Amino acid sequence: MSDALYLFISVAVMALVTYLIRMLPLAAFRKKIKNKFVLDFLYYVPYAVLAAMTIPAVFYSSNSILSAAAGFLVAAVLAFFERGLLTVAVCACGGVFLTELVMRLF
Amino acid sequence: MAELNFKKGLKDGVPIALGYLSVSFTFGITAVNMGIPPITAILISLTNVTSAGQVAGIGIIAAHGGFAEMALAQLIINMRYALMSLSLSQKLDDKYGLLHRITTAFCVTDEVFAVASGKSGEIPAKYMYGLITLPYLFWSGGTAVGAFLGSILPDMIKSALGIAIYGMFIAIFIPPSKKSRGVTCVVVMAAALSWFIYYLPALDFISSGISIIICTVIAAALGALLFPRREEEADSE
Repeated sequence: MSDALYLFISVAVMALVTYLIRMLPLAAFRKKIKNKFVLDFLYYVPYAVLAAMTIPAVFYSSNSILSAAAGFLVAAVLAFFERGLLTVAVCACGGVFLTELVMRLF
Repeated sequence: MAELNFKKGLKDGVPIALGYLSVSFTFGITAVNMGIPPITAILISLTNVTSAGQVAGIGIIAAHGGFAEMALAQLIINMRYALMSLSLSQKLDDKYGLLHRITTAFCVTDEVFAVASGKSGEIPAKYMYGLITLPYLFWSGGTAVGAFLGSILPDMIKSALGIAIYGMFIAIFIPPSKKSRGVTCVVVMAAALSWFIYYLPALDFISSGISIIICTVIAAALGALLFPRREEEADSE
């Protein structure tokens, strides 16, 4: 398979699955989910997804594990104090940048 | 209270759009850093409009994962949208017909859902079209800027921007962890599992997409079993 075809099919699969998940309940279902376990499971899914995607990938998101760990620490502390998404993201970048700047000096 | 028309929808979409700009910009950079062509990155944003699913998707593409893996990963990661769409379907007004449901469905994001479900009363289609317009344009536009500009940025800036999307994820899952023991345990379990799968040499055959699925299903199921929410917690969603 050519690279272009692989890319195209991959994107088509992504888009179709994501769209159907959103569209089918909106278009077809009118009844509410009653099953308590399913509701609780769905409630926890976003947090599990984001944690699994962040750890350990975040430590490989910059040029060095050290600077990425510093950025992660900045993000974790700011998020703990409930700063907004944008603030946390920008400050994490700042943490990485400053750490790499300091690393260059030594 | 202001009528829920197209213009009101546009206005309510502005803060969402601004937030998306920075995230989609770093998505564009991340994608190109992973070796995805800029046009493909833009096409992904135009057709998917979701952060976590897209990041997982480009990870799978970069690792040349299979189509079944891709479909399953998107299904699990984006399953939450089914719940949101389901909830939203109860709130749409009588004239919100099948055609409008089919056309607006692709842009039911966490933030769009949050704003729409926060409105009192029923939601007309024209308000929904207004609400999704700017977030959609900024999501796609930000990706394009990141994908094309990413290659001319200095290496240190690119390196620093790579963490932005994870910073956003962290800002989403840490605050609720403080309030709910269930969320804390789900986050810790998912992170620990993901860590083990990544570092245990015996588990090297598990790709990143499959790993996210395994971690999510196990952690969320254990969370639902061990920390079922009380009725009033579930109702306040």
